[in-house]
Amino acid sequence: MTNGDAYITGIGQSQVGMKLTRHPLLLTLDAVREALAEANLGIDQIDGVSTYPGRTPGLLGFSPVGADELVDALGIKATWYAGGAEITSQLGAVVAAAAAVRCGLARHVICFRTVYEAAALARPDEYPVPRRDRVDGTSQWTAPFNALSAATWTAQYAMRHVKRYGLTREQLAQIALTGRANAALNPRALVREPLTMDEYLSARMISSPLCLYDCDRYTDASTVLIVSAGDALDEVSCTPIRIAAMAGSVDRLSWDQAEWMACYPTGIDLWKHTDYKPSDVDTAQLYDGFSFQAVAWLEALGFCDIGEGGRFIEGGKRIALDGELPLNTFGGQIGAGRLHGFGFAHEAVVQLRGKGEARQVAGDPRVAVCTSGGGPLATALLLARD
Amino acid sequence: MAAPRPLPRLDATNRAFWTGGAEQELRLMHCRDCDAFIHPPRPVCRNCLSENVAPRTVAGTGVVDTFTVNYQKWHPAMEVPFVIARVAVDGAPGVYLTTNIVGCPVEAVDIGDRVRVVFERQDDVYLPLFEKID
Repeated sequence: MTNGDAYITGIGQSQVGMKLTRHPLLLTLDAVREALAEANLGIDQIDGVSTYPGRTPGLLGFSPVGADELVDALGIKATWYAGGAEITSQLGAVVAAAAAVRCGLARHVICFRTVYEAAALARPDEYPVPRRDRVDGTSQWTAPFNALSAATWTAQYAMRHVKRYGLTREQLAQIALTGRANAALNPRALVREPLTMDEYLSARMISSPLCLYDCDRYTDASTVLIVSAGDALDEVSCTPIRIAAMAGSVDRLSWDQAEWMACYPTGIDLWKHTDYKPSDVDTAQLYDGFSFQAVAWLEALGFCDIGEGGRFIEGGKRIALDGELPLNTFGGQIGAGRLHGFGFAHEAVVQLRGKGEARQVAGDPRVAVCTSGGGPLATALLLARD
Repeated sequence: MAAPRPLPRLDATNRAFWTGGAEQELRLMHCRDCDAFIHPPRPVCRNCLSENVAPRTVAGTGVVDTFTVNYQKWHPAMEVPFVIARVAVDGAPGVYLTTNIVGCPVEAVDIGDRVRVVFERQDDVYLPLFEKID
């Protein structure tokens, strides 16, 4: 009997840090090696590569390694590969890989996301940012008004929650406090010191209502997930984690024309692809490049009603490691570093395999949801250990 | 914000929007067939796929849909704080403009405020900023 599902098998992650000197291609290789070793696969068994957003020559720190470069550098004989930014956010690369293995286009696909933003910023001679005298594309509608960062765009969605639903700073703080508490238990996390409510409330404002601790920070790292075909699992030694449902969406590729962030339609859609329900989820790994995005994902995925996210996380007990819905158990991007979407899927697999050690969720978790995207693009994956 | 702003590269499709301020006019792409506004401007209507589209001048007033007060200096010359807002444009349902609310203290801005366009010229570009209507 054939198994037409897609699974995450090997996972790997490089050193995570700031201003690393190891070459980004070698960081990627570190993560690939760890993933291959876990699955007991050889590089000659890999026949696909998938990444987001592909090599970005104009912004090398954001994405220094492309899919074709990895194929060539590691001698991969690929029957399918893809890399690009025009997909439903970072984990869209995993969705594409899952679709490919389900269609028989490949058997084992390396999905990777390598970031080198801290190093590139520190070494502009090696990683120059080209100067442009004019902006075009979507940024022409925001940059002229000095809305230069996703912080300012996300802040405006958060402000509506403040004004319309009464989201407080003390409530929002729980995303950062929870992430930083969990990061202290994760040896690979970028920031290992816990954060107190007093520190949070006295932090400088970046773009109201988002303060310094509501934002992730530039990180250097590579994260790899191997997506394998269901009928190739006999080649793999680790516990396969089934991709039980996938959803993604884009309406307006714009941070200001869409009524709401894309996570809302994506979160609703996810449950149409599965018999699982939100109440079946044992742990949630939700994109928190900015803290408010995780609040929005909690609402979007139906863990609480729209507008209730602040009250849902109030006090932090519910989303703590020993709470009813442990959230971002590796620290999230705010605590573990800006792994840019892939960290959430990596951690979901760690937890479902019971490999979280000091940060392991109790009670033998079997179902996890992980997401990426926080503006006009969104992807959600529901993962299960059968 | 005395420092120069990043300016848009003008082309055939966006020029009417970015230069209408020379005549004190806020111009949005509009579909003559279905009456929808198309923003960002494109040569086809996203509502009915008609190519019968052209810039149309709107009243230049609107409502603050949401906003943020930006405190971070994203480059050293940036003067902070200032308000970044998303304005729902009167007479153009579904069109929002990211902009700045100027001419008042940052604490004076709130969702629902009525605002009116004021143009700030830099080079050949007329940036549509907004100020509160008393």
